[in-house]
Amino acid sequence: MKVGVVSGNVVSTINFPFFDGKKLMICDVLDGAGNRGSEYTIAVDQVGAGVGETVLILDEGNSARQIFGLTTGPVRAVIVGIVDQFDLNFPPNPADNG
Amino acid sequence: MQLGRVQGTVVATIKSEGLEGVRFLIVQPLGKNQQPVGSPLVAADAVHMAGPGELVYFVASREAAEAMPERFVPVDHAIVGIVDDVQVTS
Repeated sequence: MKVGVVSGNVVSTINFPFFDGKKLMICDVLDGAGNRGSEYTIAVDQVGAGVGETVLILDEGNSARQIFGLTTGPVRAVIVGIVDQFDLNFPPNPADNG
Repeated sequence: MQLGRVQGTVVATIKSEGLEGVRFLIVQPLGKNQQPVGSPLVAADAVHMAGPGELVYFVASREAAEAMPERFVPVDHAIVGIVDDVQVTS
């Protein structure tokens, strides 16, 4: 899974039937330092996320289809959680210093 | 999924089994602000209505074949929607 920030949405009427009624959000994927890079993904919103919110993005097809109770469907990226906080400032592991 | 701009069509008479009747389009992948990113690619048209110049979104990898009538076909990108509107802040 990835952590991202919702930066917008996509509206579409002509689409593959799976996407009927689904909310599609554009999410900036955060890099290892917690910053927005150039990577983004369009994800199906399953939790009611809004623009500006930090979210948990599932990016794997079988798990995504399982969420929607399907065995087939062209879905891979799904917003599965809204992140309250995340912390990258773990104390350094002594083992890493040789 | 990513945004893309349809740039053209591809016609192939001889192709792998299961791809009969599938339309292929040349798609330029776009960034979230609709700027071109990377090289154009060939995507199957799963909505049957996309045409040159249109803004679409496409799915990549194994999930692309899931959009085809036959699920086990050699397709790695598929257009699954035509975009009416994109709203991006920041």
